[in-house]
Amino acid sequence: MVKVKDIVENLNARVICGEERLNENIAVAFASDLMSDVLTLDTDNMLLVTGLSNLQVIRTSEMSDVSFILFVRGKRVNSDMLKLAIDNNMLIVECEYSMFRTCGELYKLGVKPVY
Amino acid sequence: MDFKYEIEGGNFSKAGTASSEVKKILKQLNVDPKLIKRIVVALYEAEVNVVAHAYEGNVTVKIASDKIQIIISDMGPGIPDVDQAMTAGFSTASKEVREMGFGAGMGLPNIKKNTDEMRIKTQVGKGTELELINYL
Repeated sequence: MVKVKDIVENLNARVICGEERLNENIAVAFASDLMSDVLTLDTDNMLLVTGLSNLQVIRTSEMSDVSFILFVRGKRVNSDMLKLAIDNNMLIVECEYSMFRTCGELYKLGVKPVY
Repeated sequence: MDFKYEIEGGNFSKAGTASSEVKKILKQLNVDPKLIKRIVVALYEAEVNVVAHAYEGNVTVKIASDKIQIIISDMGPGIPDVDQAMTAGFSTASKEVREMGFGAGMGLPNIKKNTDEMRIKTQVGKGTELELINYL
């Protein structure tokens, strides 16, 4: 288990919403720009790492019970995404690193893969 | 209890609103969270299919004491070959749909995985009706 706060610090990331959840722990992460693949998972307490930024990322997370989303490659969350994320009590983080570097850092911290 | 929702073909900003409403209702009814996830993931996949492929559609959710039945029907192109559409990886989705993070040919197989029963009635040039049942 890794504290979300430690992930944010190690990735020099910005918290966009859900600051109150920074002390929660994450066991596993899944990195994908394909929401179809995210929807096939039945994993709880998961961090979604993605370089895709649109409303359906938040919708997919809502349906999949994903509460933690990390946007990589400098992708930004727009106002519609932010509203939906806040409505669903999600923690959203933006990071400038590439997907590969982000996943490497997460792995070093002890975050496990889904499979 | 019956609930009805409309789906607008092509409008990705609204895709998932019906699934979101159904999720809230099932939570209020204290349905097992694992079952809620299966139901809403299946419904969301179906909703995205309607938005991606059809002109318009609607969702009817019937909640009974022993099961939840969802019917998603649309006016659209229909599915010429259902077996092919059920094959993981087969997709006719547009570039726009793929850019939204879908169109990997995983939708119908994932709907089947997340439901206890799934039936498809389709007519080319008219539309498709999908019936999903999950037992409580």
